[in-house]
Amino acid sequence: MTTLTSLARIEAADQGRAQLIRAVRHVHVSDRPLVVIPLQLAGEPCAPLAAMIGDDRSAPRLLVVANPLNREDRFRFAAELAGVVLGYIGRHAAGPEPAEKEAYPDAPQLVLPNAGGVTFTRLLGRSTRFRPTAGPGAVPAAVPALGCWLTYFAERAQHPASSLLLTATGALSAHWATGQSAAEDQNLAALLGWISPPPGLTSRQAALLAEDPARCPPAGPATDPAFDRDVLVELYKAIKESRAAGAGEAAVEGAATERRVLVLLERELRLVLEPTWRLVWQSVDLLRALPAGGHVAQRWTSDRKSFTGYARYLRDGGFPQAKRDAAVDAARRLARLEGEQEQLDAQMAFDDPLVMAEHLMTGRAFEGVVVQAEPHRLDQSGKRAKLRPWITLETADEVTAEPGAELRSPARPGQKAAVIETATLNGRTRVTLELQSGMGRGLAPAPGSVPEREDVLCYTTLTLEFQPPPGFPAREDTPWTHGGPPPEYVPADQAVAEPWDGSAWEDGAWEDTAWEEAVQGGEPS
Amino acid sequence: MTMEEAARQARLATEDILAVMRSASRGVVVDSPPGAGKSTLVVRAAAELAGQGHRVMVIAQTNEQVDDLTAAVAVALQPGNSEQGVRVGRLAKSDYRPPERVERLPSVTSAGDLSELAECQVILSTAHKWATVKAVGQWPWAIVDEAYQMRSDLLLRVAGLFERALFVGDPGQLDPFSVVEVDRWLGLSWDPTLSAVEVLLRHNEDVPVKQLPVSWRLPASAAPVVSAAFYPFSPFTSATSAHDRRLGFVTSPFGRSSLDRVLETAAETGWGLYELPGGHKPRTDREAVSACAALGARLLERGALATSERSAEPAPVTPGRIAIGTAHRDQAAAIRSELVRLGADGVTVDTANRLQGREFDVTIVLHPLSGRRDATAFHLEAGRLCVLASRHRHACIMVARAGIQELLDAHPSAEPVHLNVAVKFPDGWEAQQALLAHLEQHRVVAT
Amino acid sequence: MTAGSGTGGGAGQGGTAATERRLAMLRGGQLPQAHNARTIAALASNPGCARRAVLDAAATRKHELAAHAGFPSPFGESPFTRNRDVAFERSLKDEPDKELLTLLRETLDLDIAEAGYTDLNAPGWNAAGASRDLAARHVHTRQQLTAPARQRGTMFDHPLLTFRVGGRHAYLEPDLIAFRHDGTFHVVEIKSFAVVDGQADGAKVGAAAIQSAVYVLALRDLVGDQATVAHETVLIAPRDFSFTPAAATIDVRKQIGALQRQLSRMDSIDRLLAQVPEGISFSLDRDERGVSRRHPDDLLRDLRLVEANYAPECLATCEMCYLCRDEASGTTGALGRSVREEAGGIESVARVLRVAYEKDPLPVPDDIAEAAAILRRAAALRRAALGGLG
Repeated sequence: MTTLTSLARIEAADQGRAQLIRAVRHVHVSDRPLVVIPLQLAGEPCAPLAAMIGDDRSAPRLLVVANPLNREDRFRFAAELAGVVLGYIGRHAAGPEPAEKEAYPDAPQLVLPNAGGVTFTRLLGRSTRFRPTAGPGAVPAAVPALGCWLTYFAERAQHPASSLLLTATGALSAHWATGQSAAEDQNLAALLGWISPPPGLTSRQAALLAEDPARCPPAGPATDPAFDRDVLVELYKAIKESRAAGAGEAAVEGAATERRVLVLLERELRLVLEPTWRLVWQSVDLLRALPAGGHVAQRWTSDRKSFTGYARYLRDGGFPQAKRDAAVDAARRLARLEGEQEQLDAQMAFDDPLVMAEHLMTGRAFEGVVVQAEPHRLDQSGKRAKLRPWITLETADEVTAEPGAELRSPARPGQKAAVIETATLNGRTRVTLELQSGMGRGLAPAPGSVPEREDVLCYTTLTLEFQPPPGFPAREDTPWTHGGPPPEYVPADQAVAEPWDGSAWEDGAWEDTAWEEAVQGGEPS
Repeated sequence: MTMEEAARQARLATEDILAVMRSASRGVVVDSPPGAGKSTLVVRAAAELAGQGHRVMVIAQTNEQVDDLTAAVAVALQPGNSEQGVRVGRLAKSDYRPPERVERLPSVTSAGDLSELAECQVILSTAHKWATVKAVGQWPWAIVDEAYQMRSDLLLRVAGLFERALFVGDPGQLDPFSVVEVDRWLGLSWDPTLSAVEVLLRHNEDVPVKQLPVSWRLPASAAPVVSAAFYPFSPFTSATSAHDRRLGFVTSPFGRSSLDRVLETAAETGWGLYELPGGHKPRTDREAVSACAALGARLLERGALATSERSAEPAPVTPGRIAIGTAHRDQAAAIRSELVRLGADGVTVDTANRLQGREFDVTIVLHPLSGRRDATAFHLEAGRLCVLASRHRHACIMVARAGIQELLDAHPSAEPVHLNVAVKFPDGWEAQQALLAHLEQHRVVAT
Repeated sequence: MTAGSGTGGGAGQGGTAATERRLAMLRGGQLPQAHNARTIAALASNPGCARRAVLDAAATRKHELAAHAGFPSPFGESPFTRNRDVAFERSLKDEPDKELLTLLRETLDLDIAEAGYTDLNAPGWNAAGASRDLAARHVHTRQQLTAPARQRGTMFDHPLLTFRVGGRHAYLEPDLIAFRHDGTFHVVEIKSFAVVDGQADGAKVGAAAIQSAVYVLALRDLVGDQATVAHETVLIAPRDFSFTPAAATIDVRKQIGALQRQLSRMDSIDRLLAQVPEGISFSLDRDERGVSRRHPDDLLRDLRLVEANYAPECLATCEMCYLCRDEASGTTGALGRSVREEAGGIESVARVLRVAYEKDPLPVPDDIAEAAAILRRAAALRRAALGGLG
């Protein structure tokens, strides 16, 4: 939260309408993103019960799990999901394989409703990527492949500059401030109620409606406890009973019942998922309507390269991702994330006056008028004379940069300027800068390359220049301070050590009617 | 205790540490409370190791720290200031030029490339510069200074350079952090956002942890308070006793303003709490900023005099011996401007981050919780308050609006807990509470 | 799991009799909310809120009040979660000698010899603890736990502890208590949320930690000086995606400190009550059929006479959240603590905007002069940046 975004939120509260906090869009929006709305069973780490998925808003595909606690059903769902997701990914990795440093012309993009969806993706990836495809507990080959890809996307979501996996709530709140709190913004329907209220409703009315699960089904992955109690429990029970029917006649009847109940289940789940499906596509439209920031394409290129690299890695038989980072991997990842964040901060500031305004507020940038300029000044101190113009700006803003600091201006991003000195008098500061590049060759400045008197310019210490990542030792050289080299990674071991959910528990689960005592309106658990 | 006794204890502790270094132990960690003689230990250890014929690399975190240590080590190894004997190398990044006081020492060679320092038995540099050196296991010994402020990913990048190491640092000060907030490493023993010492000890439980027992900086009025609040597991005492240090004034005030009353309280007891009326204010609370600057100016106007073991005669407390500490940069900037306006601009004003490791006669602190409605983790962080409360040799005066106790009492305490993550002590809330309880005994209400 | 259902004692335990009478009057004729570890843990979640403090001290049923006043709270538990809780715990306790003991042995470094399992629920008593024999169970628990060390077992199942909260006694039922022959007790909590690759949801572990801290305090009360109750507690939860249990130790010293502070605040509820106007009541005034005769607006009016300290964080922790949020509409605090802070502490949304856009003819009062300067700068910067977009 900065003062400017807080002010925007306050304005939104006053006007009853969300306010833009970004002038341009800072995420890439694909022409054909894959929208995924997952639902999972309460209490489980990852027991999917349904998903609505597709890259065509008019043709959502609904996948339903007949019994979310049943192993067969879960893997059938995973295989079906894999069909859709891997098919979508495959379309982007079709065609000739790009050369070493090149990327596929486009990359897949997943769009989920909210942060819970990312956790779901991560956990589903985790619960499937180690499954064996042969021997005891074998699953179809597409399942672990799906697991690796889902894990990949969930990890990319942690990269500040990546748009491979977007959440509707995250992307929208990055660009709009609503008149409610950030916590309430996690409800997609409420958030959209502020940005684009349904006809006939005020934002506040829309947001209140969004909080009522009876009127507006939650966006998931969690379902409404009342829905669980009033609808799901009966249907799952019926399915279970119909499967438990004996042999012969009873079995045939059981199968028919099961089919009937499944139809009912699908209908109920579609009712829950469809509203969110529409909301996510609406979010995509709203984002697309914003003009893209100057560096969005560059960041998407990095995403494409990353995607290309991962596709190649899997194709060459790469291992599924390790459960936890080893010491060197963790340090390397942190360095990458920090570097990316720094670069993103600079790019956003240079692309977007509203972002730069936040830096003007904190002193990371200042805006001033040129009061003096020596465009022809030469630096004679070295062997050869160099063109080093000096300009002096006067500003009322706070200047935090110290002599020697390197500054850039969004108006002249390629031109390096070093602070020579600053002097403050009566609330106004004069900053003298030496320009060190961007004047062309030779000892005379190219026309227009040096700011002139009365020009108004903004300067900041943020820089677009790419900082090469620091060096790290190889894994096998992990030093003694960090526990020494980690053991060799053997993915096969991981699969075997993964006992499946106790079937004993599953059988007993529906007999206990403890759920009837489920507390309504009690303290959150 | 007497200073002789303090010196004896410090000596024993140092000998103990040096003995561990001579043993087979791969490393040793030394907790050094504020002003406990950390730099002295580093210099002594470097000299010992060099004396035993080892090549030593010294890792500090900032250029200033490296320069200070380089000069001290050079002097310790070459008291005669000659060029012969042990050479000291100062490895610096290509765009950094060490200050003249370092470069002119005859036994010091300064260079940007390790190859030029081949003859140097002791080489000093920053961790970031060392991380660019490609040489594995070249040094039998490393000394890591400010190891608690060093992030463990940085240690990962330099640890391959040495076989054994002495880690020295202050566990009570600010922890390293990252702007990136990601949960994926929480609970891992090698979480890269943890401090170097924490990760080292998680993987090497047999590395002994020693402690310097005595603070040469903090007066007898401060050591017990700071020790109890911020160093629950490494308690320490003051080297000096109450009569060893005194703060007085050349002039008497004309009338007794509340400013003067708090200065006198501070001179007498070593502490003062200058309390402004309660209220919720922005960070750069004008009244609080003015009060801090006014206190600094008044100290100078009154001609404060410090009597200590350092000199027979009382020494004037000059602007350079006074510091004003804040939590935020903009608060420091505002106080600086105000000091200029009052004509007292030689006084140091800085944030806790930048005051770490420094020492003054008298400090004035804009309390991190002053004027706040809610406390955030940043403001409750024990390390921040510890730095601010432990820079002084004579007295520390805190400026705060009334209402901090209420703020602490209203603070919700339901926090997330992550498995396998060590609980950090002292708890920020408890440390704040302890210090506040002490300060309230020395409260002067501003009028 | 907890099964606190004691109605506890009356006046005179902690608070003064007058305080108790006042609190009982505020509550009206309703049964006091029974405390369990979870509700006790929740007491510390917003100590600065007088409304919550008074409602909790009076042991009102907040969700009923909120619902009746027209702002039903959003919390509910899914039957599936409940099911999983019960099933997981049962899977461990049906044969405690197997996984449970092994886990505890590894986690707490127990000797091979330490293997006794004692069920403090004597035969014939209902496992769900709904019996009226709570007092008897508690006596039995005390006897067992304070027996001489060598006679103590290793695992105590269905222990029943008591705990004093603001003058009232609550019965608490920790999942398990483990005892080591070096003389220390460890509280063991069984939860059904998963620990995947050694990590679990921080909020859930935090809640478990503070609940365990409640048990630690209660147990310390019980055993007194005779033995130590460790601040290290054990959490047992399913590992990864299976039902295999995993154990982790949690150091609850900080939670213990926070709880003790909160409990001592509740003991000094008198100060708060002095500010509560006489004659107000939170009673629902139920008739013989249980139907409330109290007009919702009436109740709302009385509730609003006790000041709240609403922040969006309340939406995750307190049943009164929607009621207080509605009241806070138009304030910067409702938008978030940091928003209010960035607005220089000015409470009213309308006032912030008047100040930021200099809409008032009169100069800004001194006490908000700095906040005004900051807001004006922010407003000007925003306007300039937006203006440049045509």
